[in-house]
Amino acid sequence: MKTKSLFAILIAGGVLMTGCNNSEDAKQVDSTVSTEKTTNNETTNANLQKEIDAYKVFALDQLDQFTIETEKFVQAVKAGDLEKAKEIYPHARMYFERSEPIAESFGDLDPRIDARLADLEAEGQGEESWTGYHKIEYGLWEENTTKGYEAIADQLLADSKELRARVETVDVTPELMMTGAIDLLNEVSTSKITGEEEIYSHTDLYDFKANIEGAEKIFTILEEQISNKDPELVKNLSDKFKTVNDLLAKFETNDGNFVSYSQLTKEDTKQLAIAVNQLGEPLSQMGIILE
Amino acid sequence: MSKTNVDEKFLDKKITRRQMLKLTGVGVAGLAIGASGLGGVLSAFGEELFVDDDTTATNKVNFYGKHQSGIATAVQTNIYFAALNVLVNSKQELQELFKMWTPLAIRMMNGESISMEKQNDLIPPKDTGEAQGLDARNLSITFGVGLSLFEKQELGLASLKPAELKDLPHFPKDQLDEAYTGGDICIQACADDPQVAFHAVRNLVRAASGKVTIKWSQAGFNSFPVEKGKKQTPRNLFAFKDGTENPSGEKDMNEVVWVQPGESTSWMTSGTYLVVRRIQLHLETWDRTSLKEQEKTFGRHRESGAPLGKRNEFDGMEIERKDENGNYIVPENSHVFLAKQAKARIMRRSYSYSSGIIDSTGAYDAGLVFVSFQKDPEQFIKIQNALGRLDKLNEYITHRGSGVFACFPGVKKGSYIGEALFNTL
Repeated sequence: MKTKSLFAILIAGGVLMTGCNNSEDAKQVDSTVSTEKTTNNETTNANLQKEIDAYKVFALDQLDQFTIETEKFVQAVKAGDLEKAKEIYPHARMYFERSEPIAESFGDLDPRIDARLADLEAEGQGEESWTGYHKIEYGLWEENTTKGYEAIADQLLADSKELRARVETVDVTPELMMTGAIDLLNEVSTSKITGEEEIYSHTDLYDFKANIEGAEKIFTILEEQISNKDPELVKNLSDKFKTVNDLLAKFETNDGNFVSYSQLTKEDTKQLAIAVNQLGEPLSQMGIILE
Repeated sequence: MSKTNVDEKFLDKKITRRQMLKLTGVGVAGLAIGASGLGGVLSAFGEELFVDDDTTATNKVNFYGKHQSGIATAVQTNIYFAALNVLVNSKQELQELFKMWTPLAIRMMNGESISMEKQNDLIPPKDTGEAQGLDARNLSITFGVGLSLFEKQELGLASLKPAELKDLPHFPKDQLDEAYTGGDICIQACADDPQVAFHAVRNLVRAASGKVTIKWSQAGFNSFPVEKGKKQTPRNLFAFKDGTENPSGEKDMNEVVWVQPGESTSWMTSGTYLVVRRIQLHLETWDRTSLKEQEKTFGRHRESGAPLGKRNEFDGMEIERKDENGNYIVPENSHVFLAKQAKARIMRRSYSYSSGIIDSTGAYDAGLVFVSFQKDPEQFIKIQNALGRLDKLNEYITHRGSGVFACFPGVKKGSYIGEALFNTL
C-alpha cells in the first residue's frame, strides 16, 4: 500500500508535512509508521469472512442443484428419453458452470465430469477414457441416441455426488474468489465464445450465461468491500456486467432458453467477445480490496 | 478515491522526478518516494505537476513540442498502426481519455513503465511489461481523429469538424475491406523495435478499456541501408526506394505538411492530416516481371533509385525528358510520371507489412502500410487521382484498407493530447 509506506518514509526522513489535504492519508499516518505493506492473509481473510461464507453458501447450493439436475438427466438417459435428456442437458450444466472456480479445484473430478474429447486428445488420451457430460452430449446430438451411454450416465452421477461431497473441504479464500471470477471470464473468452465447449449441442450460450452469472455473484458478494475502496470501480463493473447481460438477452428465447450457437453471426460473437474483454479489465482490479 | 485516480491526478500535475527530489530536500527519502508512489506528497505541496520528457533517456524522441512526434521524426524501423472506435458517450469522457493517455505516452517515450505504482500482487500489473529493459528505441506516438468521431452525435463535436476531413473518394481499382478501413481515432506508434511499438499501442488501448475498441491494426517494418554512416531511403517489398521525394526542412514542411494559421479549422493549426492505406503488393506477379518492366513501372532504376536515364537517387526527375525518338524517357504511365503530374506533394512515411497468407489464394498477404502526412488530404487525393487507371503499378497492387485522420498539433508542457480541439467551443 503505497500511501502507508510513503508516509512512513517521510516521517522517518524527518520531512514535516503541514499541508496534507488528503484526509484518508492523514488518518493512516500514525497507525502505520513502521509497517510496510500488509498482505497478511489471516488478517484479510478474517476481515472478509462474511464474504467467504456467502460464497461457500452459493457454491454449495449450486452444486446441490447440479446433483439434483444431473440425477434427472441421468434418469432420462437411462430411460432412453432422448428429447428429455436434450432438454435437461444445458440447464443442468449451468449449475456446474456457475460454480466452476470451486468445481475445478478437483483435478480428477473436473475432467471426468466436463472434459471435451479435444481436451483428452491434447493430453495424449483417447476416446476410451472419455466420460461425463460431453461424452453423452456426443451420443445425444451426434448419434441421436442414449443407447450405450447408460454406464457413462451412472458414472456421471456418481462423480457429481462425489464432487458435491468433496466441495465441503475446499478452502475458500478471497483470492480464490477473485481469481475464480477472472477464470470464469477466461472460460467464456477462450471456449464459449468460439463455440468449442458444446461442439455437438451448440448450447454454448447457456454455459456463457452461467459463467457470467458465476462471476457476477462473486462481484456482488464483494461489492461492499470494493465500494469502500473505489466506488467508481463498482459502477464500472455494474455497467460492464449489464452490457454483457443485455447482449446475451438478445439471444435468449422467452422460456429461459438460448438460441443455438450456430445461429450467431461473426458480428454477434465479436460483440460478445469485446463486451467480455471490457468487463475483464475492471474485474481484474477487484484485488484492491486486499491491499 | 481509488488508487488509479490518485495516480492519474498525480500524472496530471506539473513536476518531474528530479523536481520531486529537490522539493523533498531529502535525497534518499526522495528516491524511496519515487519508487513507492507520489500521490499524497505531491498534492501536499499544492504544486501543479506533469510528467515530462526525460531528456537524459537513451534513444529518446521528445513528446512535447510544436508538432506531434512521428511525423517529422526520422523514420523508424517499425510501426504499429491502430484504428480505434470509441465507446465513450460524451465530449468530457473523450477529453478524459486523451488526458489519461498523455502521461502514459510520455512515459513510454521515455522508455519507462507506464506506472510507478507499487505492485499489489493480487491485481494484474499496470504495464503489460514486454518493453521492460528496452530503452525508448526512438518511440514516437501520433494521435489522430477520424471523420466518424465527429459524426457521433452524443459527442457533440460536429461543429468542430475540419472541412478538410472527408472520406476519400473511391479510386479506380480500390478494393477496400471494411475490416481495414476507417476508425474514430488512430494511434501510430513507430519505434526502432517492433516490440516497443506494439507495447505502446497495447498499453494505451488496455488503459482505455471500456472506452475504446480496436477496429483494425497493422504492424509494419522498414530497413535502412547505411552508407558512409548515413541512413539511406528504405526499400519497399518491390525493392524500390520509397520516400525519396519527401519534403525536408522547416520551410518545406510548413508548405507541405503543417497546417498554417487560417488554413484549416483553428484547432488544427500546426497539426496535419494522416492518410493510411493498406496496400497489398502482389509479390508473386511482381517477381515474374522483368527488371526492365519493373523499372518502367516505377519510372526509376531499381538499384540506385535514380530517375530512369539518370545516375543518382536524388537527381531531378524532369519528367519531360525525351529520347532521340521523341518518346518520354520516364514512361507516361509510370508511377512517378503520373504522381509528378499531380503537382502536389506529400510526406510519405510508409512501412512494409507481411501478415501471413491469404486464405482464398495462398498468396502472400504482404505489401505497404502507406502512410502520408499533408496539410490537406486533397494533396493525396490529387496524386491518387492522377495515378488513376493509368498507373502501370496498378497491375501489381490492390488497395485493401484506408483511413484519414486529423492529427492534433503538438502538446505544450502541462497540456494534453488534443487540448486545442477540446478548448475550441
